[in-house]
Amino acid sequence: MIEAENLSKRYGDKTAVDDLSFTVAPGRVTGFLGPNGAGKSTTMRLLLGLDRPDRGDARIHGRHYRDLDAPLRVVGALLEARAVHTGRSAYNHLLCLAQTQGIGKRRVDEVVDLVGLTGPARKRAGGFSLGMGQRLGIAAALLGDPSVLILDEPVNGLDPEGIMWIRTLMQRLAAEGRTVFVSSHLMNEMAVTAEHLIVIGRGRLIADCSTEEFIERSTEKTVTVRSPDADRLAGVVAAEGGKVAAGGDGLITVTQMEAPRVGELAAAEGIVLHELTPSRGSLEAAFMELTRDSVEYGADPGIDPGIDPGAVRGAVPGAVPSPEGDPR
Amino acid sequence: MTAPTAASAARPAAGPPEFGRPGFGRLLVSEWTKIRTVRSTLWSLILLVVLDLGFTALFVGLTMSQWDNTSAGDRAAISADPVSFILGSGFFLSQLTVCVLGVLVIGSEYSTGMIRASLLAVPRRLPMLWAKALVFGLVVLVLGIAVSFVSFFIGVGLVGDRMEISLGDPGVLRAVIGGGLYLAMLGLFALAIGAIVRHTAGGITGVIGFVLVLAPLAMLLPGSIGDHVHAYLPSEAGTLIAKAQQGPDDLLSPWQGYGVFALWTVALLALAAFLLKRRDA
Repeated sequence: MIEAENLSKRYGDKTAVDDLSFTVAPGRVTGFLGPNGAGKSTTMRLLLGLDRPDRGDARIHGRHYRDLDAPLRVVGALLEARAVHTGRSAYNHLLCLAQTQGIGKRRVDEVVDLVGLTGPARKRAGGFSLGMGQRLGIAAALLGDPSVLILDEPVNGLDPEGIMWIRTLMQRLAAEGRTVFVSSHLMNEMAVTAEHLIVIGRGRLIADCSTEEFIERSTEKTVTVRSPDADRLAGVVAAEGGKVAAGGDGLITVTQMEAPRVGELAAAEGIVLHELTPSRGSLEAAFMELTRDSVEYGADPGIDPGIDPGAVRGAVPGAVPSPEGDPR
Repeated sequence: MTAPTAASAARPAAGPPEFGRPGFGRLLVSEWTKIRTVRSTLWSLILLVVLDLGFTALFVGLTMSQWDNTSAGDRAAISADPVSFILGSGFFLSQLTVCVLGVLVIGSEYSTGMIRASLLAVPRRLPMLWAKALVFGLVVLVLGIAVSFVSFFIGVGLVGDRMEISLGDPGVLRAVIGGGLYLAMLGLFALAIGAIVRHTAGGITGVIGFVLVLAPLAMLLPGSIGDHVHAYLPSEAGTLIAKAQQGPDDLLSPWQGYGVFALWTVALLALAAFLLKRRDA
């Protein structure tokens, strides 16, 4: 169980985290989603007592991280920035951490095997690839068999096989009753990994709901219809409240009306249909739209993801794009 | 790739489990592991031994080979406290390896990001600093005393029958052990500066500035102000412990000098502790 209460943190005159409150429940993977620079890493550092919040409180199992007696046995953390001495071997890195908590060498060997670093464990961590570094970080997080896992961008640098592995691992850890809190800036990754989402932008909460609900309300349903009598159908659908965009060549795209209703209307009017396909807007596009106002480093603010912005933003209560303040 | 095994699934983790707080002894073991598993430690310590003994042999040997051509004044200066001359020849340059290693022991944790892992394991932070200082201080103390003794015997051998030097003479044994005490305190001094600066290059520059640059600068100050400032500088006061007796020009006795050095070190460690507790990692 992780609780954040009105967390705020500024670096100089940059607001990184702005009055952020949320709870992460055990037994499921909770995704922590936001564009780069949204304040995800800062929030995690505040949870872990590495940075001191300016205001607010962060607790794990009801206690501040710094008050945990054997913190690595309660919380396993993977930080975004590497936290390994480059001159020390992976094994010795894990060993010196284990020794602070009275964790035995057997457990060190266990986690080394678990993350698949058995071969290179005796090699200097400085020579590790990004993916191997991530595996070492995950090994360190699992060292104390913790009930809470806080993982900052764990799939960074992993190959597809590694991504599948970490996804399965996180879901299994959650199924065992642990609290798994994992950050990402990739909506699609979170959609398949996380059961619950906490979405932030510019340090502020944008959404806190189940992944299913988030997808439901942030992507628009569209129905693609093909008919030799498209013009007449368009008129009928529009009259019943649907929104129609003509695609030419007998193709129309209907929004704000479900596919069955379109079919029923066509049947009632005796209009022949060649195609009736319900689909959803791209989740990634919806996420981009949702966080557009809170992206710190936007390439082109004019990107059109092809979705009515008003519909998406209005669909998510509590979407308050902050006009000021970037995280560092 | 190894498939995930059920290794971590041994205990279903529901609710806050209770674990006793690991004792300070565990932190000492961990810091010992840290210090012995990086190459910079080994190389710095080898360099310490080689430079110390090498320069003892070089300086004392050269001086003795030119003994008959040496002016009476210089001879008198060396003869007044040959132990200080022998030990000083050794650690004048080799002390820099202790300065560098002292900064590296903590500075490399910051430069590599290891400090974050260390502080996640010891979120109260200060016990980690004390454990690190204690382990590093003891390592340098043990090696420093050993090197000091060897340096002393090499020097005595080279001096031969030109001077009477014996471990039993007043202050000599204390001075030889003092060589190790000086290096150990210097290591802690460097570690404190490394912890304050949190940057290896900056920390090393700072320590070497204190040890090598500040002393000659203080000598440029006019009159007794210069003498007093010079006498109370950390490394100047600290090296007095490696003298058999207080020289006519020394404002402080050996133990007073070491006390001054210890106060500098304690003050810097206190500042390092304050900052470690206060700053974001």
